[in-house]
Amino acid sequence: MISEPHVESPALREQFNSAEQQKDASSLGMWVFLITEVMFFGGMFLAYSVYRSTYPAVFGAASRTLNTTIGALNTAVLLCSSFTMVLAVRAGQLGRRKQIMVFLILTLILGMVFLGVKGYEWNEKFQEHHVPGPSFHMDGPGLQDHAQLFFSLYFAMTGLHALHMVVGVGLLSFLLYQNQRGKFSAAYYTPIDMVGLYWHFVDIIWIYLFPLLYLIDRHGG
Amino acid sequence: MTPALAEERETYLSAGHGIKSWLLTKDHKRIGLLYLFTVTLFFFIGGVFATLIRLELLSPHGNLVSSETYNKLFTMHGVVMVFFFLLPSIPATLGNFFLPLMIGARDLAFPRINLLSWYLLVIGGLFAIFAMVAGGVDTGWTFYTPYSTSYSNTWVIATGLGIFIAGFSSILTGLNFIVTVHRMRAPGMTWFRMPLFVWAHYATALIQVLGTPVLAVTLVLIVCERTLHIGIFDPALGGDPVLFQHMFWFYSHPAVYIMILPAMGVISELVSTFSRKAIFGYGFVAFSSVAIAVLGFLVWGHHLFVSGQSFFAGMVFSFLSYFVAIPSAIKVFNWTATLYKGSISYATPMLYAFGFIGLFTIGGLTGLFVACLGIDVHVTDTYFVVAHFHYIMVGGAIMGYLGGLHFWWPKMTGRMYPEGWAKLSALVIFLGFNLTFFPQFILGYLGMPRRYHVYPDEFQVLHVLSTAGASVLAVGYLMPLIYLTWSLKYGAIAGRNPWKATGLEWQTESPPPVHNFDEIPIVTREAYDYSATVGQEVPVD
Repeated sequence: MISEPHVESPALREQFNSAEQQKDASSLGMWVFLITEVMFFGGMFLAYSVYRSTYPAVFGAASRTLNTTIGALNTAVLLCSSFTMVLAVRAGQLGRRKQIMVFLILTLILGMVFLGVKGYEWNEKFQEHHVPGPSFHMDGPGLQDHAQLFFSLYFAMTGLHALHMVVGVGLLSFLLYQNQRGKFSAAYYTPIDMVGLYWHFVDIIWIYLFPLLYLIDRHGG
Repeated sequence: MTPALAEERETYLSAGHGIKSWLLTKDHKRIGLLYLFTVTLFFFIGGVFATLIRLELLSPHGNLVSSETYNKLFTMHGVVMVFFFLLPSIPATLGNFFLPLMIGARDLAFPRINLLSWYLLVIGGLFAIFAMVAGGVDTGWTFYTPYSTSYSNTWVIATGLGIFIAGFSSILTGLNFIVTVHRMRAPGMTWFRMPLFVWAHYATALIQVLGTPVLAVTLVLIVCERTLHIGIFDPALGGDPVLFQHMFWFYSHPAVYIMILPAMGVISELVSTFSRKAIFGYGFVAFSSVAIAVLGFLVWGHHLFVSGQSFFAGMVFSFLSYFVAIPSAIKVFNWTATLYKGSISYATPMLYAFGFIGLFTIGGLTGLFVACLGIDVHVTDTYFVVAHFHYIMVGGAIMGYLGGLHFWWPKMTGRMYPEGWAKLSALVIFLGFNLTFFPQFILGYLGMPRRYHVYPDEFQVLHVLSTAGASVLAVGYLMPLIYLTWSLKYGAIAGRNPWKATGLEWQTESPPPVHNFDEIPIVTREAYDYSATVGQEVPVD
């Protein structure tokens, strides 16, 4: 008989009967949210597929102008940040507050490095006149018009991804603040777990973006 | 229970006072009422635009407003009614209020996110209202490119952002419902004991969660194209405006099911309660909701039959569109079969249910006409299509909404609405609706295109009939606004279960206490188990 919400931990909200139910709900909620994110990015991936199959040569040529070395470096940075994020979640499981702090800070730094490198790349595009609009310039058959489609997608997709990274950085800062206030323990570390899922999701989006934008036409040098 | 006792007991309404206790509430019931207030406001804003449209169409020469203004009127009517009234109407008000009650939960899984989603709707609505006041928008509610991106000089960005923000309200409501249904059911409330209202909302939530993000990203691209000159849909750069239509309708066709599925859920409750019988073929009706949600994602191309989509794709989409008729028909047949040998009472909610079944059937059958490639070429962008979707969205969704509102009004407020007035208004709405929209089928079939305000003289009789019907309809919609408000103070005290219905929401007090149930119920029976009251009609004065 469940009559009153029996209080197990201070973090248990009144609509739940148990900490387990609460954690299950949070976790399912996060997964559903990530599915909406897949659909959100999915619209852009659809547009990318349509135009790449319509203008394969243009997409290849435009893709070759991107800097693979920097892209690869950034991919490595992001993968490392996912690793430190996992370690933060693990520290949460074990209730080690100091470790939580260290790994969250590392993740935060790596995330900011990624954003910094991204900003550097965008700046390069401005200088090369590869930003869609009146000042866009690219030599080659069909490139002046159709390459703008590629760069429209490039900026829309990496821009939206970067926006998600910024949100992620905000969430990590919030977790750090919560951790400083001693909110987390081995019994309650759900927020770290959820932000971890989000962070990995944003990472995975990049894992798709990197080859689709940078690597589609690199064969034969 | 005597009125004096009802005063003493603390309810969700009396648990806090002042504007702050409402604006910061996390109680799903109060948030449901916030939504009720908000969508009612938007309904009447959209209604003002509809009134102006119908007044303009009284005469064939377009002499009330300019063509530019007329374009803005039908655009803003569509935007407000679709995105700020119909989409949130049933799920965010009745769903919010009753889904937790019906599965025996104290609240939704994420009450704060629930409040956030109301604020998002309000903020999105403010964007849209700003756009309307600043000068309006004229692209049609469909925002087709390249007109919306390159040519329209109206407030596309503000409107688009408003819809984008309101979209997240819808997404978060859907997310909340999915998690709540999975994780918050009371002991014994198995999936197949859930009321069909809950099944319908679960299916709706799937669409909200899977479809809305696609609309969101499409609007982002439109806004980026207008502001940053990126050119994803720009034909000048080799972009494809038809791609926009695909992405728009990938959401906006399923969105129709976001409007109609919850109404179907309401109708299942009404038909069962007022015929004292379990819904015939419960499992089929439950799964037909999910089937509609799934099939709804596979038919968007039927909006593109004349847009340059390949003929083969058109055939496939036409074929798949017919499939949606199957689960829809299952529902209609099963409601009808439920009535058979039931003890039917003609209370107001039941009148709305009958109205729904009839009008939805007409709307659904004309849907088969427009799903047919050949006929659709003839009626595309005519009043036939306008009449068809108004039969679904007004005749279906709003009938369901009003039926549900009357049915649960005693639970929400603790007071009965005045039965005589309510019956009269249900009748006025039914007659007014048919007079408004049936002539439009004929108009469309004869070739009257939608979105024009100058038309040949021979169409005037039908347009005048339609406008006359709209006036009747307007009276019908104003009546509940007045008598429901009246009933808040003067209505008879309802008691726990005025309809002698079986749902869990009727086992708690009216209005319910803050945590819904003094004791979380344990469910031991199937839904709609009326075996104890066989042959007894619902007491209706």
